[in-house]
Amino acid sequence: MRVAIAEDSVLLRKGLTLMLEEAGHEVVATAGDAEAFLRAVRDTVPDACVVDVRMPPTFTDEGLRAALLVRDQWPDVGVLVLSQWVEERYATELIAGRAHGVGYLLKDRVADVAEFLDALQRVADGGSALDPEVVAQLLARSRHPLGDLTPREREVMALMAEGRTNAAIAAALVVGAGAVEKHINNIFMKLGLAPTERDHRRVLAVLRYLGTS
Amino acid sequence: MSLIRGLVSARTWLAFTHHVAGLVLSIASFTVVVTGLAVGVCTTPLAFVGLPVIGVTLRLLDAMAAIERARFRLLLGRDLPGWPADPRRAYRWKVVPTRSTLTARATWGKIGYAVLCLPVSVAAFTLTVVVWSAALIAVTLPLYASDLPGGGPSIDWHVFTGPKPLVIVATLGLVLLLAAPPLTRGLGLADAALARWLLSPPRDAQLKARVTELEVSRGRVVDAAETERRRIERDLHDGAQQRLVALAMELGRAKARFADDVDAAAALVDQAHTEAKAALVELRDLVRGVHPPVLTDRGLDAALSGLAARCTVPVALHVDVPIRPRPAVEAVAYFTIAEALTNIAKHSRATHASVVVEGGPGPAGTLNVVVSDDGIGGADPAGSGLAGLADRISGVDGALSVESPPGGPTIISAVLPCA
Repeated sequence: MRVAIAEDSVLLRKGLTLMLEEAGHEVVATAGDAEAFLRAVRDTVPDACVVDVRMPPTFTDEGLRAALLVRDQWPDVGVLVLSQWVEERYATELIAGRAHGVGYLLKDRVADVAEFLDALQRVADGGSALDPEVVAQLLARSRHPLGDLTPREREVMALMAEGRTNAAIAAALVVGAGAVEKHINNIFMKLGLAPTERDHRRVLAVLRYLGTS
Repeated sequence: MSLIRGLVSARTWLAFTHHVAGLVLSIASFTVVVTGLAVGVCTTPLAFVGLPVIGVTLRLLDAMAAIERARFRLLLGRDLPGWPADPRRAYRWKVVPTRSTLTARATWGKIGYAVLCLPVSVAAFTLTVVVWSAALIAVTLPLYASDLPGGGPSIDWHVFTGPKPLVIVATLGLVLLLAAPPLTRGLGLADAALARWLLSPPRDAQLKARVTELEVSRGRVVDAAETERRRIERDLHDGAQQRLVALAMELGRAKARFADDVDAAAALVDQAHTEAKAALVELRDLVRGVHPPVLTDRGLDAALSGLAARCTVPVALHVDVPIRPRPAVEAVAYFTIAEALTNIAKHSRATHASVVVEGGPGPAGTLNVVVSDDGIGGADPAGSGLAGLADRISGVDGALSVESPPGGPTIISAVLPCA
């Protein structure tokens, strides 16, 4: 996988590069600010990019805005946004209209290398990755009553909203794939959503339901 | 044009209502003050009868003054600021006035207004009613003149007939009718000026009270900031710093073990990894407690999502703030809600909480925050959390109110001016 990195901290940029290269990926560009990053994406067109939200010059949300530009102009480039804090509102802006090929994770998640690489791969392949903290916020702000769902179905829905596959959900909850499928069908039925096969369509359906897009 | 508009304007008729209400109220307060004080003063030699009678009279006058203030505010749009609360005790055993109460300018102002408002109100009411009635009778004279006994209006049995006197009278009536609205409103303003002189503190006393209030609130804000710095220092020292020490130590031990026992070293690295992640979480929570970045970037609504999601009690959020208030007000609102939700999660045993934020800059001019829960109540407004909050809120000139009867529910509300 060819990856571009936008991160203003030299230490983290080096660390991410090393981690990705050790995992056999190719880091085609690194940038310390949004402008250089956008140039690099235009020149190299990577499979995926990892973008920090806060970058110079204002250290507010230029990373997020750059990520939105990439999402809109290069639909085939996966965008994984990292942040010291995850916020439902940023996630909403990021996934509005397109929940595939985008991800939004807490920066801490890079510490769990395998899971992080898995999320990046998912985003590069057109899937999605949302931090559990964001999903919790989305559920808390949901405009719809979730009272009809059983506690187990809520767990499944949260994992689905994170962008996990059926197999990953089954592993996380220590149940069989069949059980997960049954839960998902129940959720879609209870929420009045059309069941779909493709992973990102499911995420989109859930997010729509939560009232974000 | 404006003279004609005065006839139908709301202000005129509110002023008219003011005079009617004033008549009723002034009769009541005049009766109370004259009877109460006369009986009280006459029985003063019997100390335990006279003083309580005076005390009860003064307390009744307080209530009447509050009603008068409402009358001036609602009907004339005039605010009569009250006297600042006197820190000294006003009454012993609830009804015996203290010396400071008996000598206060506020007390004598109240008594003065209760006495004077009767003649003033009677005069204003009579004048208003007479002018309006006379004007209406005169203006409409041509309509009914021919039905009058003798076929026309009469003075001293002399009957006027023909159109000329009718035109003169109707014209005079019209002039009177056009003069009636300004007269009605003017009498209201004169009444307001009298009430302001007797029921409100003089301007410099108001300013002095405000300065004292600001001095106190400044002190509280400085103290609150100092307390906050100490809390951050302690949290950093006890939390993240200790974790990083432990982490460095574990990595050091792992380094030493790698040569002889790789498995043990791997276990230590594993532990260090966990420790590092925990330190990250702690640091993040700490920074969020200082100032959440999303509050700056996207405002209150966005920042509250995180608070609601992290609260262990389910929270229903309702935010309607069309225009963003200035950052200081946003931050105070955010931390008010944060503290309230923390208390709910820790102490309330509630199953449900609700956060409502409304208003903001604009016509309302205030940001209103209400946090409620269905828990056991009994929150102590003097406790360190809520007291600190009140300090912080006073820094932006806001007001905090805590309602938490034993058994619940608890309602914490803050009104923050946005001007």
